Amino acid sequence: MPVPPPIVSIRDVSKSYRRGSQTLPVLQNIALDIAEGTFLALMGPSGSGKTTLLNLIAGIDKADSGSITIGGIDIMTLSETALAAWRSTSVGFIFQFYNLIPVLNARENVELPLLLTGLSRKERREHAEMALQVVNLADRMDHFPSELSGGQQQRVAIARAVVTDPLMLMADEPTGDLDRTSAKDILDLICRLNAELGKTIIMVTHDPRAAERAHIIRNLDKGVLNNVSD
Amino acid sequence: MFLIKLLFKNAFRHKLRTALTILGIAIAILAFGLLRTVVSAWYSGVEASSASRLVTRNAISLVFMLPSSYRDKIRQIEGVKTVSWGNWFGGIYIDEKNFFPNFAVDPKTYLELYPEYLLSPDEKTAFLHNRKGCVVGRLTARKYGWKRGDSVTLKGTIFPGNWDFVINGIYHGRDKGTDESQFFFNWEYLNESMKKTSPLRAEQIGFFILGIKNPDQAAEVAAAIDRSFKNSISETITETEKAFQMGFVSMTEAIVIAVQLVSFVVIVIIMAVAANTMAMSARERTSEYVVFKTLGFGSYHLAGLIFGESFVITLTGGALGILATFPAAKAFGDAMSTFLPVFFVSPRTVYLDVLASVIVATSAAIIPAVRVIHIGIAEGLRKVA
Repeated sequence: MPVPPPIVSIRDVSKSYRRGSQTLPVLQNIALDIAEGTFLALMGPSGSGKTTLLNLIAGIDKADSGSITIGGIDIMTLSETALAAWRSTSVGFIFQFYNLIPVLNARENVELPLLLTGLSRKERREHAEMALQVVNLADRMDHFPSELSGGQQQRVAIARAVVTDPLMLMADEPTGDLDRTSAKDILDLICRLNAELGKTIIMVTHDPRAAERAHIIRNLDKGVLNNVSD
Repeated sequence: MFLIKLLFKNAFRHKLRTALTILGIAIAILAFGLLRTVVSAWYSGVEASSASRLVTRNAISLVFMLPSSYRDKIRQIEGVKTVSWGNWFGGIYIDEKNFFPNFAVDPKTYLELYPEYLLSPDEKTAFLHNRKGCVVGRLTARKYGWKRGDSVTLKGTIFPGNWDFVINGIYHGRDKGTDESQFFFNWEYLNESMKKTSPLRAEQIGFFILGIKNPDQAAEVAAAIDRSFKNSISETITETEKAFQMGFVSMTEAIVIAVQLVSFVVIVIIMAVAANTMAMSARERTSEYVVFKTLGFGSYHLAGLIFGESFVITLTGGALGILATFPAAKAFGDAMSTFLPVFFVSPRTVYLDVLASVIVATSAAIIPAVRVIHIGIAEGLRKVA
């Protein structure tokens, strides 16, 4: 049986930042393939470059060299506008601090990415409500972020990430700001999205317990991907 | 609709700050509107002047008179349709502080040349046939509680003595810009009195007002009049009524320029205040704008959010300021009616208010919008973390 091409293919990617007159290498010659439906955890100490790698794959930062092909599209060649359009359909992002819009209620926060689609107001509402049902927050859709717990806010953020049915979910320390119980609930939810909806998930985490839930763990150290554990 | 709702929610997120900014903008627009109205009032005489009227006066100065015999010569000049005449009387009603412009005029020709002074047929007939009669503008009559048939005594300053008049009519302005503060009476009354008391001052005229057949030939007619009195004992200057009125305004031009400058300074100050509010709001919401970018919203969406918020705040303040300008101008106009008899908020002033609000809203949003558009997502997210 032929092996399907990876959904994410990274070749020789390097990235450095400038701090005044100094150039600080963050990622060096990264090569990584991720198959569709994989749940991958990126681990490593602070400053190892894992968030930078996540940002490059999500198309919110630009590599200095190499190529990043996602779903057959070399995103390094896309203009800012094309990249923004690609992100809106291909990537769902889950942040450590949820980053919900405080003046919008849960349903409106989830509805936000759908404004970039051609859906009608009614369809947008239906999609947002469905996404909130998936994360078990159907009863809190009229609540504002300040009226929700951290775990509930993160669920709203996850609903916002999946509402456009993207190719991949990018999670940057999704449990980093949560207590143990809420963290477990969120990880359960992420695993369910992977298992039931087949979403490809790339998660950056410091937490070994969180990483254990992934299919694959990759470690980054000083900008180099140096081991594989399945 | 969703984004418009978000604009309003964002605009009123910091209620106190937004309320204070709106209040500041409202006061600035009110001040701007009032100052512009003062400038308009200053030029009201110029604005109300007719293109078909010329004014002939002594070439040396308005203080010097012209012989009444000029009247017939002027009448014969090609292009002149009507000749009226008058004298600045400078009378005082009881006390010097009770100022209103008062003139001795030839009733028939004067009313013919000034159709904007509206009198009833009865009032007009009474004025034309009563040598001691006078006509008063609505504002002055209201100020002193005068009505038709009342007797009024003015104390002459240029023409000494107490001068008694009977009010034959109270005129209303045909147009909003018509001066309704004037007092005019029959020139014959003045002239006959002068013949008795100061014969040398009789048959002397301060100014001629001429109705011309074709406004396009005003310059030629004016030149012809002045030419016909060249090298005479009293040479003349003839100019359009607008130029004549402008001559008065130009004497106080420095004040008008100062008022105009202050009105623009007020707008510049409020522009800085609004820009500060928008800069603070945008800075506080950097993380949210970064999230919008991450979700795929483009630069124009973010610019739209920031400009929209700026417009919501500024136009709310501007609308309140414009609404407040009308009662404020009414109160100011009533208090200053002696000096600025024509004082009303013109449509042009309202347009300028709206334009000023739009300029403030736009300029306040430019820098925050540019900053937000140029911030990198990864950089913005690092700041959040």
